[in-house]
Amino acid sequence: MRDISCDVIARSVAQLCVEANRHLPARVRTLLEKAREAEPFAPALDTLSLICQNADIAAAQSLPICQDTGMAVVYAEVGQEVHIAGGLLEDAVNEGVRRGYTDGYLRKSVVGDPLRRVNTGDNTPAVLHVRLTAGDRLKLTVAPKGFGSENMSRLAMLTPAQGLEGVKDFVVETARLAGANPCPPMMLGVGVGGTFERVAQLAKEALVEPREGAHPDAFYAALEEELLRRINALGIGPQGFGGLTTALSVRVKAAPTHIAGLPVAVNVGCHVTRHASVTL
Amino acid sequence: MQPIRLTAPVAREDLAKLRAGERVLLSGVVYTARDAAHARLCAALEAGQPLPVDLRGQTVFYAGPTPTPPQRASGAIGPTTSMRMDAFTPALLAYGVNALIGKGGRSPAVREALMRAGAVYFAAIGGCAAYMSACVKSVEVVAYDDLGAESVKRLVVEDMPLTVALDCRGFDAYAEGVRAYLAQRDA
Repeated sequence: MRDISCDVIARSVAQLCVEANRHLPARVRTLLEKAREAEPFAPALDTLSLICQNADIAAAQSLPICQDTGMAVVYAEVGQEVHIAGGLLEDAVNEGVRRGYTDGYLRKSVVGDPLRRVNTGDNTPAVLHVRLTAGDRLKLTVAPKGFGSENMSRLAMLTPAQGLEGVKDFVVETARLAGANPCPPMMLGVGVGGTFERVAQLAKEALVEPREGAHPDAFYAALEEELLRRINALGIGPQGFGGLTTALSVRVKAAPTHIAGLPVAVNVGCHVTRHASVTL
Repeated sequence: MQPIRLTAPVAREDLAKLRAGERVLLSGVVYTARDAAHARLCAALEAGQPLPVDLRGQTVFYAGPTPTPPQRASGAIGPTTSMRMDAFTPALLAYGVNALIGKGGRSPAVREALMRAGAVYFAAIGGCAAYMSACVKSVEVVAYDDLGAESVKRLVVEDMPLTVALDCRGFDAYAEGVRAYLAQRDA
């Protein structure tokens, strides 16, 4: 067993909260640059340039890229050989979020109860996903999620007969309904399969997980490409004022499901789809 | 096309001249209010109570900035999704607010209320909050401090880049923008 102390976990989470909010992942930045090169509509081009400029200013001046510094979604991949010392993982993660959002001048955007709605004042609690893995390392990922885009996400329990076409139509329809609201150009994470709760997680994982290049499965690579093409034919454009660049990427994550079902979920992300990771 | 320079509070006759799609650089005073503040403001209006800030003739910005770091005038700031305020907007326009800043489309009821009031809805670029921060010269909480990020704040802004999203004749820059792009693409 290898000991990892709660204090180290809290400190790491605090740093990740700040880092994720100030630095756009390289992949998103590359996608924005590519979109800028391909965008044929002049007003849309101006907007994309401003978005790129904003990312530079945020990094240079240590400011958040977006004022919605999100609800902190935290992934902890815990090696089975790890012993978390000095407290509970969940408490350590929340302590990290508390420090990161307070010391990093990030916005506190969480209410303690969804109906009575009193701000918790320190952006806790985080949404924590824990997965046991092999080995003696602990990987932490913080993905602050803004709600302009989160609110536009959708989930449907399709039938097997609705099949591939049903899934495609649902994803494209989600982007159309989102329109200007989620700060396009959007990034879409699509979950297919699993159960009701699993498909939503798949969609978020598809948005957050690092992956270089195309989907390793040619079937899904083609699906992602087709979805992106269809969404970018809608004409919504950057910020919804028209243009080619409605979405920067569509990523699909599939999982086994029941003979009677075809769950699909689309987690909508904005052009500031952020995350930062560290392995302890 | 050169952007139009405006000073807030903006006179109604200046608002009347604006056309959907025009770019504006706004300077002057604006007030932030988002979901929770809207609920309180409208509850006060309904109960016939005075508002904690006189918003008649003023500009309301749907925004909750990040806390102001040391040595800066403002934290990161930008618009939140306007449609969540749609249910409250006609009452605030009837009360006398005459300009709104947010992002995204509005309901038909808001569009009609804007036309009735001779008011304008501006869109700011979402997710460009570090860039926008430089346009804010001061931030001061003026009401509902207990709401934290959602309190009403008085901002002094300078050359804040906006687009006229809905003008007071009811023209919609979102619909027109998408139409113009599709026309260019399919020409």
